[in-house]
Order: sequence, then C-alpha cells, then structure tokens
Amino acid sequence: MSAIQAQGLRKAFGPFVALDGLSLTVEPGAVFGFLGPNGAGKTTTIRILAGLARADAGQVSVAGVDLRTDGHLLSRRVGYLPEEPAFYPWMSAVEFLDYVGRLYGQTPAERKTRTAELLELTGLTEARKRRVGGYSRGMRQRLGLAQALYHRPEVLLLDEPVSALDPAGRKDVLGLIEGLRGTNSALRGTDSALRGTCTVFMSTHILADVERICDSVAVIDHGRLLAQGRRDELIERYATPALRVEAAAGAAEAFAAWAAGLNALPWVSAVTVDGLTATVQVTDLPLAQRELLRLAVAADLTLERYELVKPTLEDVFLRIVA
Amino acid sequence: MNFLTALRKEWLEQRRTRRLLIVIIVFVAFGLSSPLMAKFMPEVMKSFPETAAIASMFPDPTAADAVGQYLKNMSQFGLLLAVLLSMGAVTNEKERGTAALMLTKPLPRGSFLAAKAVALLITFGVGVALAGLGGYYYTYVLFEPLPVGGWLALNGLLLAYIFVYVAITLLASTLARSQVAAGGIAFGLAILLGIFEAIPTTAKLMPAKLLAWGTQAALGNCETAWGALAVCLGLALAALLGAWLALRKQEL
Repeated sequence: MSAIQAQGLRKAFGPFVALDGLSLTVEPGAVFGFLGPNGAGKTTTIRILAGLARADAGQVSVAGVDLRTDGHLLSRRVGYLPEEPAFYPWMSAVEFLDYVGRLYGQTPAERKTRTAELLELTGLTEARKRRVGGYSRGMRQRLGLAQALYHRPEVLLLDEPVSALDPAGRKDVLGLIEGLRGTNSALRGTDSALRGTCTVFMSTHILADVERICDSVAVIDHGRLLAQGRRDELIERYATPALRVEAAAGAAEAFAAWAAGLNALPWVSAVTVDGLTATVQVTDLPLAQRELLRLAVAADLTLERYELVKPTLEDVFLRIVA
Repeated sequence: MNFLTALRKEWLEQRRTRRLLIVIIVFVAFGLSSPLMAKFMPEVMKSFPETAAIASMFPDPTAADAVGQYLKNMSQFGLLLAVLLSMGAVTNEKERGTAALMLTKPLPRGSFLAAKAVALLITFGVGVALAGLGGYYYTYVLFEPLPVGGWLALNGLLLAYIFVYVAITLLASTLARSQVAAGGIAFGLAILLGIFEAIPTTAKLMPAKLLAWGTQAALGNCETAWGALAVCLGLALAALLGAWLALRKQEL
C-alpha cells in the first residue's frame, strides 16, 4: 500500500487554479522530494495532505487514511511541519513538546522521556527552558521538526523545511531528515523505530537538497504533475548528456569559432560557451566522446580540460519546467 | 476529547500573557472604588464651591448607590475587556499559524474553541469574584451589610452578562481575518444588542436586564428576569456553536 496516494486533486482559489488534476503516489519508507517553482501548488498539496484544506475534487489517502471519510484518524499517523512553524511565544520548548505529548495521550513518564529524546535529537537541550519567542528561525525549525516527530508518525509532511535556514541550519535539518531513512546515525538509539518506516514527503525548490537526501522525486508546475520517479531514473530519463571542453588561454577566438561550428553537427543538440569553456549537449554520447576530441585536435586547439558533465537534478528540473 | 489538555494550555496562557492579571487589577480597582465613589463623591462635590449647590440637592448616599455604581463600572469595563481580551483568541492563532500546527494533532476544533471560551470564563470569573469580595467589604464598611445570597446572585449575573460578550467576540474572532476586524464585528454586535435594549418590548430579554435583576437581588428584592437569563445563555451558546461550525469549515 502506498504511503500517499492522490488522484485527480483539484483546488481553486477563485479564478486561480492551484491544483489541476494532480495525481501522485509515494511509496512507504521513501524520502520524497516534491519539487516545483514558486506558486506551483506545493504548499496547497501539503495542506490538503495534512487535512488543513480540502480539495475541490479528487481523492487522497495518507498513511492509509482516506481524507474524505476518515480525516480524524490522520493526526495520529501524520506529522506536519509548515514552512514557517509558529509556536506560543510564552511557552518553552519543553512545555510545548509536553503539550504535544499530552494531546497524544502519553503518560507523564512517556512525555518526559520522549521530550528529552527529541530535544537532544534536534539540539535544543540547552535552550529547552527558554521561551520560544526568543528562538532563532533555525531553532524554531528544529522545534518544528521535533513536534512533527513526537508521535513517531508513519508519514512526515515537510513544507520547505530548510528554505530559510543558513547553511549550518540547513545541514543540521537535512541531516535529521536523512536520518529518518536510516543512513544517518543521528537517530540511532533514539528514533531507530522510525528509520525506514517513516515516509518523508518534503516540498522544496532547493534542488541540491533534494539531490542529497531524496530517493524519489515529483516535479509539479501550475498544479500539474510534470514528472515523477526515482531520482536517478529521472536524471537518466530527462537529463541530456553533455561534454565540457575548456581551452587554454590565448586561443579564445579560434575556440569560439570552433565551438560555434559544433552546432551544425547532427549529434550536437546545443552548445553553450562561457569564456574558454564550452558545454556541448549531445544526442549520441559514445559518438560525441569519440568525435569531439578528434575535432578539437584537428582544429589545433590546446585543451585544459575535457570531461563528461554529470547531469544533475537541476538540469532535469529546468528541462521539465521549461 | 483533549478538552482538558487544551484548557490547561489556555489557562496557562491567560496567566503568562498577563490577561488574568489585567482583569484582576481592573475589576478589583472598580470593586473597591465603586462603594468609595458612591460614599464620598457627594462630599467631594460639596467641597468645591462650583458644585456644592448641586451636591446639596442629592439625598445621602445609600447601599443602593454603591451597588449601582459597582454594576455600572463593572459592566462597562467588563464588556470592554471581554471584547479586547477575546478578539484575538482565534484570529491570532490563525494569523500566526499555531492553529494550523495544533489542529493537525488530536485536538478537535470544538475542543480548541471550547477551551478558549472556558479559560476566558474562568479569567473573568476570578476577576468578578475578587471584585465582588472587595465591593461587598467596602459596601459593608461604608454603608450596611448586603444580603450575601443577593450579592452572589448579582456577581453571577454580572459574569453571565460579560460571558455573552466573550462568546460573541469569539464568534467574531473565528469569522474575521484579523484581530482588529474581530473587535469591530464584536463591538458592532454589542451595539446591535444595545439597540434591542432600547426597545421596550425586547429590553426585558436583553443582557442589560440581568444587571437590573442583579441590582434588585443585591438589595434583597425578589424581582427576577429568568427570560433574560435564558436568552443570554442561549445567545452565548448560539455564538459558540456558530463559531464551532464556522471553524469546522475553515481551511487553515
């Protein structure tokens, strides 16, 4: 059974259509990257999955819960972290997590243990008694993650969890999320029960983060699914192979002329020149690997570098969205 | 479900954000000062040549004046505080995003709302109780002892009067998109009730009638206004029910 199954989701705000028949499937245990440019419908989708908004049409089930009929069961199976988690500024982190534990019906002993575990996990132990109103953005994000993990959810919905964090904060939070997949030791001994069982659904527009921690990806734009699959499959399917050639200094004119001439070749799909570096996108990689170097030698160019460009998710994203 | 947990948080919020303290200070100040003002205002006026002639025309103040002064001050400031302290209860949580965060947990929207209403009722209840103690003591010292049962009834009816406006403001806070808009809607509804209070046929069923009943009860008279009490409690419950139905449908 899928961790998340959405079929034909539609949501409009007046004349603006946020979701236009969105369908997607997320397998259990995946760290799923939900990609799209700003305004693509990512947050609307997450709000629907979290039960905070209703789709105008379509069906959706999360952690086996059909949101149309059993939405009340969702809260015990799903953890939710909004883009900018908000807390009661007059509470401390310990008080807030204790409050969350009470809502989940935990005993005082369970709450004490779980709160301490999560504070340790998110690096908030020292600041646990400080009022949340005085927390930095990164600390609030980490507390947000702690509250979302409190009840060991089957599905974790994260809306842009690191987009506003500094590099160190991003690294910490991504490390925590990555740990849910079982590849990071941060959860060892505390949340080992979650590893491999928790499905993480994470929206973002930071492609490097997705590339780092997500194993499956969906790309949406204008409320429609453009592509979905395992990260490596998508890269293989959508990324155009490319070769990068860098000429030695002093041959700029000859190099530019040579690079421009490559456009006429049938196995070249595009050439981008930046100073003394040319990135050549090709349709037949083995042929290009043989021919390109030969052509450079024939043109009497002195090369500094000649390499195969590893396609990235960014290439895929730009190609799909464009 | 989880009502008590939510109530515990709301009650903590009332204390931490000084709302309880504000209500206690304002109410106790008026509870203590009302009998004092009733007793000494004529004498103060007599001490000024400009107002001495007018003051000499007034009869000597009695416990009824103290009760009247107490109710006037407490009801006016009670209404004001009811709106000011309740208008952000739901809108603030929606604006900040805490409602979205908490309502994805096992916290039904009805419990979320009911906890706020009960916490505010307790806050105003504590304020009215302390003001009532102070008011009773000073009225006793400066005038005469009032019937204890009647005084309790007066304060109970005063609390019911205030709670009508708390409930109406919670409805406004649920419907509005901002705290200011909620306050505007609540004051608008209070003015609407004030218009009904000015119409003789409906006045006997309006919240202000509870205050008149309370005055009579405090002075040992038997005149009652059960109809007004029923309408006021009905109004409060209808407002809370409306707030719940609205919140259930809202997307956060």
